[in-house]
Amino acid sequence: MNRGNRQIDILISRYDPERDDQPRTERYTVPYAHDSSVLDALLYIKDHLDGSLSFRWSCRMAICGSCGKMINGVPSLSCKTFLRDYAPGPLYIEALHHFPVIKDLVVDQAGFFDKLPESRPWLIRDQERALADGPHRQSPRQRARFASTSACINCLLCYAACPQYGMKPDFAGPALLALVERYNADSRDQGKAERMPMINAEDGVWSCTLVGNCSAVCPKDVDPAAAINRNKLESAKDYFLRFLKIGSGGAE
Amino acid sequence: MAKQYKPRSHEPVVWLLFAAGGMAAAMLMPALVLITGIAAPLGLLAEDSLNYERVIGMLGSPVGKLVAFPFISLLFWHAMHRIFHGLHDLGIHAGLGYYRVLCYGFALLATLLTAGILFLI
Ligand code: SF4
Ligand code: FES
Repeated sequence: MNRGNRQIDILISRYDPERDDQPRTERYTVPYAHDSSVLDALLYIKDHLDGSLSFRWSCRMAICGSCGKMINGVPSLSCKTFLRDYAPGPLYIEALHHFPVIKDLVVDQAGFFDKLPESRPWLIRDQERALADGPHRQSPRQRARFASTSACINCLLCYAACPQYGMKPDFAGPALLALVERYNADSRDQGKAERMPMINAEDGVWSCTLVGNCSAVCPKDVDPAAAINRNKLESAKDYFLRFLKIGSGGAE
Repeated sequence: MAKQYKPRSHEPVVWLLFAAGGMAAAMLMPALVLITGIAAPLGLLAEDSLNYERVIGMLGSPVGKLVAFPFISLLFWHAMHRIFHGLHDLGIHAGLGYYRVLCYGFALLATLLTAGILFLI
């Protein structure tokens, strides 16, 4: 990290389950340059000021999805957020909201990953295509139908931003419902009927009241709010058309 | 264990009414504002065009009733659905079953009243 000659104060919400009853706030002063990210500052603190600070990160380039934090109350990727934008500071960093804190800035992501298998995030085929038949062909237009929803990096910023998820952890939530649409919209997939129960449930699209905060914070422009609301229409069609047996949601 | 997503929600029934009401409001409101809020006070309308007999005559015709009924009743479903889902923003999380009956019951009552009044005109 280019240390630079400017300084900024950073307040961090710390929590160590072995010694704290309550989270406590600690203040650190870090040097920074024009290109220093919030993640750089956390690494500086860990290397030079307090080695006990815990946080997740990996890629430093907004693709692994592991470095999400609340930065001044807004769910953000710490590697994609720059200190210069918060000058003169101070900056307040907390663990992502709506998930249990394990230690400091590390949260328990089970509320998302336990639900993931139910969204069937893989290509489902009635009949697997034989190797000899060659690759599945897809036109640019067919590819475009899931271009935005396939950009998700599972950073969970949208869950930290969603007031509905905060009140109701059983809600499938923005990224999962966008993921369901990502596979349903893929011309190679035939598994929509298996995914409709997640969409159709009260804890599926129907817990969304279109607050839109998920799309506002998403670092990959997935626009989960739009995906969810397109699926409200899908679910409504499925609700009525199942009586005509032309819906795809199966019997209930 | 992975969470199971069932049963199916019955929300589509009220959501479609809500969506249709939103559409009706978006189409109707600008026209109403233009006619009653701007054109009439500025005297842009022909004399008497909004007088009681004329309006009641329009609403009383079969076509008038057919148009007025969905436009009026759907707005109630739209409003009550919004209010119901806005309850938690007001800090009301308990007794939702009761509020659901209250909200949608009101929309249903208003729909029936609309039908009744239009029928009597
Ligand atoms: S939808 Fe966006 S905010 Fe949500 S997990 Fe995916 S990339 Fe992150
Ligand atoms: S470190 Fe990978 S997304 Fe930030």
